[in-house]
Amino acid sequence: MAQLKSHLWVFLLAMLIILARDAFAQNGVRYIHQERSLYRNILVTEDSNRRCMRFTITSRSGQNQSCRFHDRPMELVFPYAKMTLSSLLVQDNPRRILIVGLGGGTLPDTYSTLFPETEIIISEIDDAVYRVARDYFDFEETDRITVDVGDARVYIKRAGLRGEKFDLVILDAFNGEYIPEHLMTAEFLQEVKKLLPENGMVVANTFSTSRLYAAESNTYREVFGEIYNIRMPGTGNRVIVASMQPLPDQATLEERAPAFRDRLEPFGFDVTEYPQYMSTDVNWDTSQRILTDQYSPANLLNN
Amino acid sequence: MNTNTSKNTYHIPLVMVLAFIAGFIIMAIELLGGRILAPYFGSSIYVWGSIITVFMLSLSIGYLVGGKLSLHNPNMKTYGCFFTGAAFLLLPLVFWSNQIMEYLFLLIEDPRYGSLVVSLMLFFLPTAVMGMIAPYSVRLLVSTTHGSGHVAGKLYFISTLGSALGTLATSFYLVLWFEVNQILITMVLTLLIAGAAAIMTGMKYPVPGHIDS
Repeated sequence: MAQLKSHLWVFLLAMLIILARDAFAQNGVRYIHQERSLYRNILVTEDSNRRCMRFTITSRSGQNQSCRFHDRPMELVFPYAKMTLSSLLVQDNPRRILIVGLGGGTLPDTYSTLFPETEIIISEIDDAVYRVARDYFDFEETDRITVDVGDARVYIKRAGLRGEKFDLVILDAFNGEYIPEHLMTAEFLQEVKKLLPENGMVVANTFSTSRLYAAESNTYREVFGEIYNIRMPGTGNRVIVASMQPLPDQATLEERAPAFRDRLEPFGFDVTEYPQYMSTDVNWDTSQRILTDQYSPANLLNN
Repeated sequence: MNTNTSKNTYHIPLVMVLAFIAGFIIMAIELLGGRILAPYFGSSIYVWGSIITVFMLSLSIGYLVGGKLSLHNPNMKTYGCFFTGAAFLLLPLVFWSNQIMEYLFLLIEDPRYGSLVVSLMLFFLPTAVMGMIAPYSVRLLVSTTHGSGHVAGKLYFISTLGSALGTLATSFYLVLWFEVNQILITMVLTLLIAGAAAIMTGMKYPVPGHIDS
């Protein structure tokens, strides 16, 4: 009897170790939540420094979409978020913002902290992302911040029909593999352009390392004319900035930057370092055909 | 009554090839459907649900009607008309899909029902006609009750293989190389040629060899 009991304890201990090992993956990273939505697997991970949301296609792979430091929650973790914020040097003080793609809510939180009176609408296709952001990343809807759950193409089309305007449109949609094809086409960008008032600006987070680089750049140029490309070492993201007004030149951005330094410093970066990464140079093959609703093989061209 | 009872089996390979083509094209269009609807109705799961529902529904009705038609003088000319008919019924998809989708987008707020109605309008008729091909093919090739299952099995093998290749080719390669409309027009032309081949064969040899009336 005693022997059986001790075997039972050993067995239970072994089970606990196996379960614990499963819960604690490599590098002390814990998986604190996992959810399979209609569109992707969402994983929330946490280590001693930060909590992250990850979209995975295969079981545990995938890239982090959104992270937040435990001790410095306002600080932007990813370069692409800092590059996006630096677009304020081109156009400041948006009163109405549309953000496509919620992620962990980093961008809405940052913009609403900077501009408390500004109305922010987020278009997110995946209800699960919205819930995970709310439950694990303290994302909150307020009377100024609302989430429209649904496809951004449909939202933007209808908003255009209603004559709505947004001073700033941030395109940050990602489906785990790449940006959805129908959100990369010239027709889509025309629909976005319709939402922009005279001083409207579009900021798009995309990649600098894909075979689509030239096609995407040409598509934005086709619709908006000259664009800013923000690229930094150490990241495969690049941010496109397009405006309804002629773009200020890099020297102007450098002049403006010091005035923004203090405002953006709480978010963990020195914006005066950023104009050097912002360029209107055309450094891609301009003969590459643009992406249209008829021809947008985006998911296939990515590696 | 034509008493030609020779083992005239010229049409067997032709029917097999045509069944393959039909399988290929049905799946290719279904895949393109998602791409066609996305700019108006997004790429949410219900858009795919609408497309697949409509395809399943259309094919099922096509199977029923095609089976019924096979009772009356099954021949290659009628068979060919399914292909040419489907080709013409695809023309609205090629030339007027944007107008149709725009109209329904404005009419119907809810993108779920919008996508369902659009799918019906764009895909129902051509897919139903293409659905008639399968049972009619069986009728054209079956010669004995004993061998009928075997014939059906071979036909479904060929046409489903076509479907698999149509799915693969479209999603892996065709959308990478061509515009959506270019792919659709090529399919329309292929259907026309296939139909013409069947019709011409039917005109030359009115009664397929082993068909008993």
